[in-house]
Amino acid sequence: MSHDQIRAELEAFLDAEFSPDLSLVEWRKRLLAAGWAAPLWPAAYFGRDFSQAEALVVSQVFAERQIVGAAQVGPRRLAAETILAHGTSEQKLRYLPKILTGEHAWCQLFSEPGSGSDLAGASTRAERKADHWLINGQKVWNTSAHHADFGILVARSNWDLPKHQGLSYFLIDMRQPGVEVRPLKQMNGHASFNEVFLTDARVPLDDLVGGEGKGWAVATTTLSIERQGFARGRSQGAPAAASAGRVYEELARELEIDNEPYTWYPQREGRPDLIMQRAQDTGAIENDVVRQEIAKLICLTEAARISANQVSAHQKSGGQGVLPAGSIGKLGASVIARHAAHVHTMISGASAMLSGPDSAADGVIAETLISVPAISIAGGTDEIQRNIIAERVLGMPKEQRMDTGPFRDIPRNGQ
Amino acid sequence: MQTVLSEDQEQFKHVVQRFFDTHSTTTAVRKLAETETGFDPLVWAQLSETLGLPGTHLSEQYGGHGFGPVELGIILEEMGRTLYCGPFFSSAVMAGYALELFGDDAAKIERLPQIADGSIRATLILDDLNHPSRVGGLIKATPAGALTGSAPIVLDGCSADVFIIVAQEDSGLGLFALASKAQGVEVAAQDSIDMTRKVARVTLNQAAGTRVGSVSPQDLNRFWDLTSVALAHEMIGGAARLLDETVEYTKGRYQFGRPIGSFQALKHRCADLLMSLEFAKAATHHAGFCLAANAQETIYPSMAKAMAADCFMDMARAAIQLRGGIGFTWENDTHLWFKRAKCDEVLLGAPYQHRARMIDILQEAQDVA
Ligand SMILES: Cc1cc2nc3c(=O)[nH]c(=O)nc-3n(C[C@H](O)[C@H](O)[C@H](O)COP(=O)(O)OP(=O)(O)OC[C@H]3O[C@@H](n4cnc5c(N)ncnc54)[C@H](O)[C@@H]3O)c2cc1C
Repeated sequence: MSHDQIRAELEAFLDAEFSPDLSLVEWRKRLLAAGWAAPLWPAAYFGRDFSQAEALVVSQVFAERQIVGAAQVGPRRLAAETILAHGTSEQKLRYLPKILTGEHAWCQLFSEPGSGSDLAGASTRAERKADHWLINGQKVWNTSAHHADFGILVARSNWDLPKHQGLSYFLIDMRQPGVEVRPLKQMNGHASFNEVFLTDARVPLDDLVGGEGKGWAVATTTLSIERQGFARGRSQGAPAAASAGRVYEELARELEIDNEPYTWYPQREGRPDLIMQRAQDTGAIENDVVRQEIAKLICLTEAARISANQVSAHQKSGGQGVLPAGSIGKLGASVIARHAAHVHTMISGASAMLSGPDSAADGVIAETLISVPAISIAGGTDEIQRNIIAERVLGMPKEQRMDTGPFRDIPRNGQ
Repeated sequence: MQTVLSEDQEQFKHVVQRFFDTHSTTTAVRKLAETETGFDPLVWAQLSETLGLPGTHLSEQYGGHGFGPVELGIILEEMGRTLYCGPFFSSAVMAGYALELFGDDAAKIERLPQIADGSIRATLILDDLNHPSRVGGLIKATPAGALTGSAPIVLDGCSADVFIIVAQEDSGLGLFALASKAQGVEVAAQDSIDMTRKVARVTLNQAAGTRVGSVSPQDLNRFWDLTSVALAHEMIGGAARLLDETVEYTKGRYQFGRPIGSFQALKHRCADLLMSLEFAKAATHHAGFCLAANAQETIYPSMAKAMAADCFMDMARAAIQLRGGIGFTWENDTHLWFKRAKCDEVLLGAPYQHRARMIDILQEAQDVA
């Protein structure tokens, strides 16, 4: 379809169907039915098979007309894209709609106290029973688990196979007695991640994704999607929730809850957007050293933005064609965040010490300085990205492995 | 000039080390961080009365022990290692050095003994903590000694008994003393990134200060050198502690069937950090020895401050990074040092400003020659 045709069809749809007085879910159901909620997705699953360029037209029209789109915030995106890539047809039909309408929030249950970088070393136990999987173990650092209805879960279903082969990937209902979520406080004072205790939690047999023992391949898709998200930065998406009408009011409420764990995420990314203004306001812009450091930061942020656009123009959605290049973007994002914190420190001088009402930009700079360390850890550490880039992109010889053979024989923490 | 610590100094280090290992545990640090004044009066009394620490570097004629920057450095290194919470840096180092360098004789006789024995906790009010050349822009003194203006960052401003103040006079900078409870003084606690060192904003409105000395540019430079070197010691102490604990952590944490410390990426990073620490330590100790030998206008104090600050900050970043998720939690102690590192980095001038100052000093020396 030409871009003009897309625009015309979408506008006609909006004229006919959109009203700010609809409930949020009702409106999104209409979007979904017409394929406008996720135009990049296959037509068989709520989408329109659009290219990135075509999908951009859709988001432009949404932005121009202040239209509320599908729910986007949080790990629900990871769940959706992974299910789309690896789920059964029943799983797609059952789970994707309520992700898009925002009725269900999700979380990512991957990391454990004993295995973070080494995700394939997960030791949460999944036992197959007659009509369900029985799950026992502990997960940790799970962002938004305290708001989640469902989780994407990696657990070990076989202890005798080599580690990558004994993993299975599940969709787990968080609202059950066997799941206990406890928030964890971070060094920046927020508590957006949690520990999750799984005690005889159950997963219906149908909610295994990709097949028994195929969990690693599925998890790898989730991780690539996550890393690209880092590289791309936060998507704006949501229209001004200030507009009047039921749909906007409900959206505002949804965003308040969904965004709560992410309030400090822009700070985690180093807030390079504030640098020029701060440097001008403080007069630090006059200093030659500061100018150089700001220019370096601009080089990094601009190149990262342009590169991410180029990468996403090359690929389709749905998990296919996901490149290890996501690791380059992720590594870049943490270099940027660190450099931004460095420049903020230079600009602020001694007042970088302050974090209260007297501090720069209402405490945003202070929060930036103590949030930046997260970005080089979350979603896979810098060291892990470098390993992936070296071994998978550059094709350098692999590190000798010490963790082959049956999983139960591999040295682990606490043994 | 000295190149290593003397036997007596080594012995002193052991005593000080034992004291802070006992009295500045992370449990104690965390408890004090949550309080308003941020220090334990009993520990303060002990370190003052039993060990006499606040008077270490002050002249004997004014009640001090007559030791110098090296012994003071030993104390601060241990304080940095254990993240000691208390008004030592503000009172003994900042206010103590300011009075010693800028004060007139009568004021020193009257005030220094009480700072030296810890019975009075003073703090220095400098209206700019970025560079010596910027001091005096905000706080003004009338010829009669009425002080007006505001300093946004005063260390331990809420708990100090006495303020020692550098203020702009009609010509030059003067030194003033003022009771913290005097009329025309307003003290407001400020939140700091670093909860283990309390800061306040102090606003003066026609407050009646006592003039106790004058501040020449040379003396202010000397003051900046002495305090920067003291702070550098605190930073290398903190950095050394972080490296020790981080290396230990990498030996015990397993991923991929092996200790993470067996990955070359982490070995190399730790090796680089040790090099940076050894250089920062060398620079800091040498700066202390130079100051002790009364060497004037050398690059070493600024070099020490710049290198120690970069080292401490790099170390703190790595200490979190090498722990992964646990390093980003409140419950893990690493962030306490990270936050101290961030604040020490900018207190008394950021590294890039100290590097610029080094070149200024070198150029001036050439111009003179
Ligand atoms: C803010 C935040 C949000 C998060 N959200 C989630 C979430 O929603 N869901 C979820 O499941 N997890 C989440 N995580 C967890 C995150 O994915 C892990 O913390 C991360 O993968 C590192 O694992 P770890 O913490 O166990 O550290 P470890 O794996 O123990 O790593 C410790 C150090 O060892 C290094 N290391 C490990 N292996 C190697 C190697 N082979 N070569 C070189 N160096 C190595 C690491 O790079 C790191 O420096 C989150 C983390 C953070 C900080």
